[in-house]
Amino acid sequence: MTTTEVAERIEVDAPVPEQEAGGRSANLTANLIQLVRKPGFLLAALYVVFVLVSAFWPRLFTSRDPYGTDPKSAMLSPSIDHLFGTDVYGRDLWSRVLYGSPLTIKATLIALGIALVAGLTLGVVSGFFAGVTDAILMRVVDVLLAIPGLLLALAIVTALGYGTIPVAVAVGVGIVPGFARTTRAEVLRVRTLPYVEAARAGGASWGRVLVRHILPNSWGPVAVLAVLDAGVAIIAIASLSFLGFGAAPPAAEWGTLIADGRNYLVTSWWLSLMPGLFVALLVLSLNHISKTLQELSR
Amino acid sequence: MTRYVAGRIAQALVVLWAAYTLTFAILYLLPSDPMQLQLAAAGVQEDSLTPDQVAAMKAEFGLDQSIWTQYWHHLGGALHGDFGISLTQRVPVTEMIGERIGPTLVLSASAAIVALVAGSALAYLATFVRWSLLRILFSRLPAVGASFPQFFVALFLIQFFSFQLGWFPATGSEGASSLVMPVITISVLASSVLAQVLIKSFDETLRQPYITTARAKGLSRSAVHLRHAFRNAALPAMTILGVIVGVTVTSSIVVETVFTREGVGRLAQEAVLSQDVPVVLAVVTIAASVFVLVNLIVDLIYPLLDPRISHTRGKVRAPAPAPALEGGTL
Repeated sequence: MTTTEVAERIEVDAPVPEQEAGGRSANLTANLIQLVRKPGFLLAALYVVFVLVSAFWPRLFTSRDPYGTDPKSAMLSPSIDHLFGTDVYGRDLWSRVLYGSPLTIKATLIALGIALVAGLTLGVVSGFFAGVTDAILMRVVDVLLAIPGLLLALAIVTALGYGTIPVAVAVGVGIVPGFARTTRAEVLRVRTLPYVEAARAGGASWGRVLVRHILPNSWGPVAVLAVLDAGVAIIAIASLSFLGFGAAPPAAEWGTLIADGRNYLVTSWWLSLMPGLFVALLVLSLNHISKTLQELSR
Repeated sequence: MTRYVAGRIAQALVVLWAAYTLTFAILYLLPSDPMQLQLAAAGVQEDSLTPDQVAAMKAEFGLDQSIWTQYWHHLGGALHGDFGISLTQRVPVTEMIGERIGPTLVLSASAAIVALVAGSALAYLATFVRWSLLRILFSRLPAVGASFPQFFVALFLIQFFSFQLGWFPATGSEGASSLVMPVITISVLASSVLAQVLIKSFDETLRQPYITTARAKGLSRSAVHLRHAFRNAALPAMTILGVIVGVTVTSSIVVETVFTREGVGRLAQEAVLSQDVPVVLAVVTIAASVFVLVNLIVDLIYPLLDPRISHTRGKVRAPAPAPALEGGTL
């Protein structure tokens, strides 16, 4: 029997993984029960779920056509018939907001995806290899952090052009440094823990240790940050499309809707403020969820 | 100490140079051709111009040279405060920014001061008040403030204070009254960011033994809170001063656009809309310089304020990084 085989045997014999899995799911149930008992968290989670569901199946919540104009019912203030009122062409604002959701949500997911992939990679490589690699990568992150996020996003939008995708990419790049730092800190913390040493002593390769032991134990704070940054990304994407860099009309991202309503603010406040409130509540919910999760993990 | 200061300044310069280079690379190396962008923005088809005309225009802006020549040319210019010529206005970028930077500085500085006061007051109250309902309200408020998109806050203020009450002008940059709502808009976000960090720092500080000692010696709660807790809690929060300034600077883009104010923020928005690459590069560089400079100053005066941190002996101990601020704002 070669040494590696011995090592593998030891690893296989060790009953740790199964127990760990059982412990984790039990832990998860306990956590879930604890979460459901918090009314604020429940409300926030319900709202986020509502926004997601209404983005994919807007017909469940509105029967009106977001592009259907009706001059007779133009500029109506919010009522039971038109929850968010109607715009200058008589289009129902509520359904325009709901039909606009997929664009913003898609952009948010792309931005988060970029941030997660790039940030996790940077953070893991940096924290895991330490030394010179770490020093170089962290200086790169410092440089990214030296450019205020929204301005970096503006530069990227200038270079890539307008539209949902460029805006999403720009925002995603802006979030990368935060992810990289958090991941690195977690990896640095976890890699010195006794069980990592034990796994190494048991003969597991660094790659295996990274995938089986370090990553599963360091993703908690990263996940919390991801929820928080989803809110940040939504605000940034809405701001950029508000400034006029988003998707071209008649497609209506949330930020574009709010910007359009700005011209009628004197007479029809709902055109800007209702979609704005819709967005603000979503970001607030995400912040609250992130905060609750953070408190829970402590 | 001198070595630390020199090292820290050198580091700041390197970061700034790298930030400039990165922005330059984004703007000049990505597939887009600045000339085409500019022509497209002006509504001109490149085909409609003769090759001579295109070549002449490219030569005018130095776009016919290799990317390296352009880079060294721009970098050299930037070091002397010359950011080239605007592609759309055809006037020196430095001149354009010089005309507009005054209002933005006033706006950002006032907003930063208001945010410092409001954020500190909020954090103070949130940790001092005993009535749990108020306590929860105060400590949740920053999260609410950070959740509202700035353009929403701005539009709400305009609707309420200009159109309903008629107190302040909705747009423009004339006089002090036009400054009120933009400053409120920016400081809502900036003070929320500050308060979140300060509250955390307060909670941490109030658990320290010296607080118990001070109370045990017979000092009143308010005296302990102000003299012992606040001063110690404010120290770590100082490290996010750079972030606060960063927030006020970037906020000027959205806020100046909403309130139609003259300023560098709106210049940036217009430059991106017209894809005026030199202007964008200049604005990003200036904002990054401000940000790096504030962080440098904070780092340099931190050891003076907190004698526990010394740079004279052995290894430099950097100030504890601000907690929970890796996310939260962009």
